[in-house]
Amino acid sequence: MTEQQVRHVAKLSRLRLSDDQVHQFTEQLADVLDYVAKLNELDVENVEPMAHAMDLLNVLREDAEKQGLSVEEALGNAPDASPPFFKVPKVLGEASGA
Amino acid sequence: MNPTETTLVELRDAIAAKDVSAEQATRAYLDRIESLDGKLHAYHEVFAERAMERARDVDAGKLTGALAGVPVAIKDVLATQRGTTTCSSRMLEGFKAPYRATVVRKLEEAGAIILGKTNMDEFAMGSSCEHCAWGPVTNPWGENRVPGGSSGGAAAAMAADMCAGSIGSDTGGSIRQPASLCGVVGLKPTYGRVSRWGLVAFASSLDQLGPFSHTIADAALLLKVMAGHDPLDSTSANIAVPDDLDDVDIKPEKLRIGLAKQYMSDQNDPAMNEAIEKAKQVYQQLGAEIVEVDLPHTDYGIPVYYIVATAEASSNLARYDGVHYGHRTTQAEDLVDLYSRSRSEGFGDEVKRRIMLGTYALSSGYYDAYYLRALKVRRLIKQDFDSAFEKCDAILCPTTTGPAFKMGEKTDDPLSMYLNDVYTVPASLAGIPGVTLPGGFADAEGQRLPLGIQLLGPAYQEAKLLRIARCYEAQTDHHRARPTTAGAV
Repeated sequence: MTEQQVRHVAKLSRLRLSDDQVHQFTEQLADVLDYVAKLNELDVENVEPMAHAMDLLNVLREDAEKQGLSVEEALGNAPDASPPFFKVPKVLGEASGA
Repeated sequence: MNPTETTLVELRDAIAAKDVSAEQATRAYLDRIESLDGKLHAYHEVFAERAMERARDVDAGKLTGALAGVPVAIKDVLATQRGTTTCSSRMLEGFKAPYRATVVRKLEEAGAIILGKTNMDEFAMGSSCEHCAWGPVTNPWGENRVPGGSSGGAAAAMAADMCAGSIGSDTGGSIRQPASLCGVVGLKPTYGRVSRWGLVAFASSLDQLGPFSHTIADAALLLKVMAGHDPLDSTSANIAVPDDLDDVDIKPEKLRIGLAKQYMSDQNDPAMNEAIEKAKQVYQQLGAEIVEVDLPHTDYGIPVYYIVATAEASSNLARYDGVHYGHRTTQAEDLVDLYSRSRSEGFGDEVKRRIMLGTYALSSGYYDAYYLRALKVRRLIKQDFDSAFEKCDAILCPTTTGPAFKMGEKTDDPLSMYLNDVYTVPASLAGIPGVTLPGGFADAEGQRLPLGIQLLGPAYQEAKLLRIARCYEAQTDHHRARPTTAGAV
């Protein structure tokens, strides 16, 4: 893994990294990926992938009306809000700050 | 009686018989927390007032149930309506859940007294409890030793008798490994046996909740209360919980114990291999047949785990964007900048590493090489266990390669930290139950540190697994040992 790849993955992950972090993570993630390459020792051509250990079926609840969170509860942990909305910086036009 | 020196079942019975009041018991545990937690940092938050209020309700007969008056601790990964739910992350600092987890509800309905929330590795990512936003947890057996992770606070609180039982979560060994390093019982049930509703998600196909305790009977009782189908969790198994799950003294017949050479590495601390050998002898003396089983893909568990778990984590943790809840930066210029800065300020380095590893494994061009391949090897690991359980009732193996390591020893080398979970991860990938129980001690530079042996069983066979574990416990005294460094109140 290269520093350029780490910067790209950080961008995809919505993370801002300092140069020091990029350098550190490049080394550490490269170590882990080298170890993960051990998986290439196995022939898995005819093996079905298993995303889950148990057999899962679609589970549906009864289509019944029930009380959800109130607006007050839903906004209770919001870092910024203008009830009944969550407040975020502008997406279009001049930036407004947080 | 001193309520903090009994087992959970004994305390429950003493409260029921009015030999001790729930108020006395709760006060005793709160005093112990006050006395020891400055040193151990096992708790993130203590609900002293609420705990005493509920204890008085038990004594007044207003609150009854299978755990009436029993003080327990809850890992800070579970939503509680009292106090905060932070996952030991600055990202969730001050977060107050508008609901409580199903497990918390079940414990409260059974009359348990919730003492507080225990410290943990941030978002359950870690094997040492050094990745905690508000400082590390100390192992009660040695001030310079880690308690293991990620449920290190839950294990340390149990080991130091700062609760009668505690609840943790296990994704790749986060109950069993700290239980081993702290000398207590830790049980990871079958995936789906316990509802995950209200558990903050790390890796959804692996996360499972389970108890810590001093004895197998205590773990069985806690599991009985926690287990069962929950319509709020679509991955909760609709399989009945045995009525006699908590009767661990029923002896399993014609016991066959499996041993796998893959778990008996020369890399293990000699004391660990010796503990397994002694456990094998205990079972032989009880008349069990020891059979050799083959788990050829054991060494691939860590690579599979760190692809599958991080891939799921990168998706689960995408929700922390600084908009609906959690930390928000004050510096953002626009919405994308708000996401990036909030996440960078809120998450610690280990969480960032795992998110990036998962994002990389799922990204275009790498999906087949990493994620898809890992899912295929996951099936091979599960097939290994399926074949093994045709020959035996349970597999006996180490929980860890050795005793608790020193603080700071592995923090700069994530791969070395990840390899610590080599014996716990395979069972998580296969979804099967595993229990760690005290199995002896190692002498490490003059310190006497506990070692945990592990028993793995087939899916949904917790009752049998716990009875097999109890057979060993009944023949040994390791579970009675207590750390001296924790001191007395």
